[in-house]
Amino acid sequence: MLGWEFPPVFSGGLGTACFGLTKGLANQGVQVTFVMPTGPENMKGEYVNLIVADKLIQKSNFKIRAVKSLLSPYLNEETYEEQLRISEKREDGVASLYGKNLFEEVYRFSQRVKLIAQNEDFDIIHAHDWLTYLAGIEAKKISGKPLVVHIHATEFDRTGGNSLNQYVYDLERKGFHAADRIFAVSNYTKSMVTRHYGVSPDKVTVVHNAVAFKETKNFNINPEDKIVLFLGRITLQKGPEYFLYAAKKVLEYDPTIKFMFAGSGDMEAKMIELAASLGIANKVLFAGFLKGEDVSRAYQMAEIYVMPSVSEPFGITPLEAMKVGTPVIISKQSGVSEVINHVLKVDFWDVDDIAAKILALIHYRSLHSELVEHGSFEVSKFSWNIPAKKCIDVYHQVLSGN
Amino acid sequence: MKKNICMYFQVHQPFRMRKYSVFEIGQNSDYFDNKKNEEVMKKVAAKCYIPTNKLLLDLIKKNNGHFKVAFSITGTAIEQFEQYAPKVLDLFKQLAATGSVEFLSETYYHSLSYIYSKNEFKHQVQMHKEKIKELFGQEPVIFRNTELIYNNELAHDVEEMGYKGIVAEGADHVLGWRSPNFVYKAKTTKNLKLLLKNYKLSDDIAFRFSQKSWEDHPLTVEKFANWVTNSPGETVNLFMDYETFGEHQWADTGIFQFLEHMPGKLLNMGVGFIKPSELLNFEVRDEVDVHNFVSWADVERDLSAWLGNKIQNSAISELYAFEEKIKALGDKKILEDWRKMTTSDHFYYMCTKWFNDGDVHKYFNPYDSPYEGFINMMNVLNDLSLRINRVQLKNNLENNSESKLNVNSEIGSQNITNSSINSLNSLNSIEDVSINSNVFDANKGFENVNVNDGLILENPSIRLQR
Repeated sequence: MLGWEFPPVFSGGLGTACFGLTKGLANQGVQVTFVMPTGPENMKGEYVNLIVADKLIQKSNFKIRAVKSLLSPYLNEETYEEQLRISEKREDGVASLYGKNLFEEVYRFSQRVKLIAQNEDFDIIHAHDWLTYLAGIEAKKISGKPLVVHIHATEFDRTGGNSLNQYVYDLERKGFHAADRIFAVSNYTKSMVTRHYGVSPDKVTVVHNAVAFKETKNFNINPEDKIVLFLGRITLQKGPEYFLYAAKKVLEYDPTIKFMFAGSGDMEAKMIELAASLGIANKVLFAGFLKGEDVSRAYQMAEIYVMPSVSEPFGITPLEAMKVGTPVIISKQSGVSEVINHVLKVDFWDVDDIAAKILALIHYRSLHSELVEHGSFEVSKFSWNIPAKKCIDVYHQVLSGN
Repeated sequence: MKKNICMYFQVHQPFRMRKYSVFEIGQNSDYFDNKKNEEVMKKVAAKCYIPTNKLLLDLIKKNNGHFKVAFSITGTAIEQFEQYAPKVLDLFKQLAATGSVEFLSETYYHSLSYIYSKNEFKHQVQMHKEKIKELFGQEPVIFRNTELIYNNELAHDVEEMGYKGIVAEGADHVLGWRSPNFVYKAKTTKNLKLLLKNYKLSDDIAFRFSQKSWEDHPLTVEKFANWVTNSPGETVNLFMDYETFGEHQWADTGIFQFLEHMPGKLLNMGVGFIKPSELLNFEVRDEVDVHNFVSWADVERDLSAWLGNKIQNSAISELYAFEEKIKALGDKKILEDWRKMTTSDHFYYMCTKWFNDGDVHKYFNPYDSPYEGFINMMNVLNDLSLRINRVQLKNNLENNSESKLNVNSEIGSQNITNSSINSLNSLNSIEDVSINSNVFDANKGFENVNVNDGLILENPSIRLQR
């Protein structure tokens, strides 16, 4: 399995999904070797045989200096260069000597995976998202084993359909066509793939994500303020401006409500400015990127979790919120809205509707408790064993020469 | 024992509400989706009411008075016939004129008022009685409550209101080993006859008729007639929704052909068609004790379709909390709007049961989810509350003898400004005007709110202040 995020080294839903999926696979007897481009020294996988490409190469006969990579699924060219510039100033030099651009990193990873593929024993190659497709193709070529690719997001989702990066699109397309089978995290994503990439729908299997069931601490938070939460990367894809416009409308009617951004991203500064220009800066809090227990704390502290995504292939975060008893308002333009009912659904652009539903949830207590009750029951039915099983079925089909 | 068959059809259409946004509160008092209601009425009239009424008229004529049928038509349906499909009403009048058709009594607005306000219940029943008399010249002796909701207490009250018989669901947990094909008596009544629906045979037509997966599909007239004649008891009570014919069961399922040939076949086999009032002459076989409410809805046959969850209960309590105030106001439009909201359908739409099962509820639900249905109603109730306050204020001012006030002519309409209130406050005579405002003041919290759910702060330009 090829990925680039795996807890604790992750920044978004992809890492969570990979972790959950591998656990589900392990539960059903599948042995997973998970290869990531980079990671900390002592990184080990509990359910998987974790290989960090950089480290492995270090141990072999090849004299390639291990370098920390800036590879991240969420970077685009610009932000990558920005990160590069920042990191070059740091002492431990998180700079890539090998390529001053992201795409060279992708290539580098693919070469390493090619080497790894020659030495590892496996039946199937399962590659997650575009950054690994090149690697997956190399692995398939050198080993002759079948390749399945897993789409967690397409370039269309990330950019909202505007100014796509041609290179990324080409890579995605290449990957889809080289793969024997494709997994998409929702019908929504599947339709994007079939529509924009010339892929036959028969080749694509929809495997909805799930949510992990680790026990979270009950923080017994009872804030005096009612807080409406946005948790996720503050980037175009996640619709942060719609959140703020809705906040403005809500505050006109009930100035006691507070809004919170938990996360960071390329639009963070812009959102701070927007909040100020809308005149609501004192009602909008920016918590920054949250990790570990803080995430759960944030959900528990919130009255409502809002996910106004412009284009969300799946969206695990609403499930996480519902798990701890927080009702959610989600965008209909998301994969998760296909499989969950006890939520309030909105069109991401319909700021009035978002505001109306926020007000309704806060002021009609019976609605709030009804959604919490039904929501936590509904979300308890999600288990990573289910998508894992679907993957296994497809593995069997592929291996039997389907 | 001569076999009989008693058919009664329920005819109902609610006044559906339009999507009412929170931002309309205080701005717009148009709650009902007239366009949608018209569309639905015209559609159902074409697919069901008109063709089936015509068919029944035909059958009555052909069978020389041996074919009889009963209806219970809600006031809300009648009003919509008058507005959008007068032909349907015409045909019902023709049916009434044949003498072979009986009308039942129910609440005008197809409401759950019996459970929340017996007072309102009595009003709605009286309204309905008058309407039936006016249109069809009949005074019903048989009563049916909304969705056949029934219990001992209802039976007792209905008897006191003068009825001779009452209809209820022949649910298993009510009958036990007994058959619905006899006439019974409620535990709490003296003479009121209890007529129970034979749910198996009724639902065979109403629900299973076109289900290919049903083992008895297709349901032919012969098959059905045999079932009827082989049933134990004296009467087979077939009670169902009139929309079975053409709407729930589309024309291409053969439902009209079934209805067309069934009476003839049954009459030939010696089965008699009777009106519900004829059942009053039958012997009472046993006493039936129904303490908890029973209904004809869903598998559970109880109240859970309308009142099974928190949001339903919250919404309905809020609604009935307005009753007293509204009745004291004397504003006809507000009263009418309020009554249209008592229709049980609005609460049916808020049922969260179907979300997991995906059954009947979902098909008829105009909302995307039960939560949207709830939010809609609560928004409307907020606006209703404001309208009530405005009218109260107006009434109080008008009743005031010291009316040398330079009363701003805007009072009573949409824009009551703070300045006009303040100028009123400065006069002594105003001091005992109690402005009962349900206003959420951000600093003080809720004032005078005696309802469960907080009301949303309305548009600041019409905020009333002491």
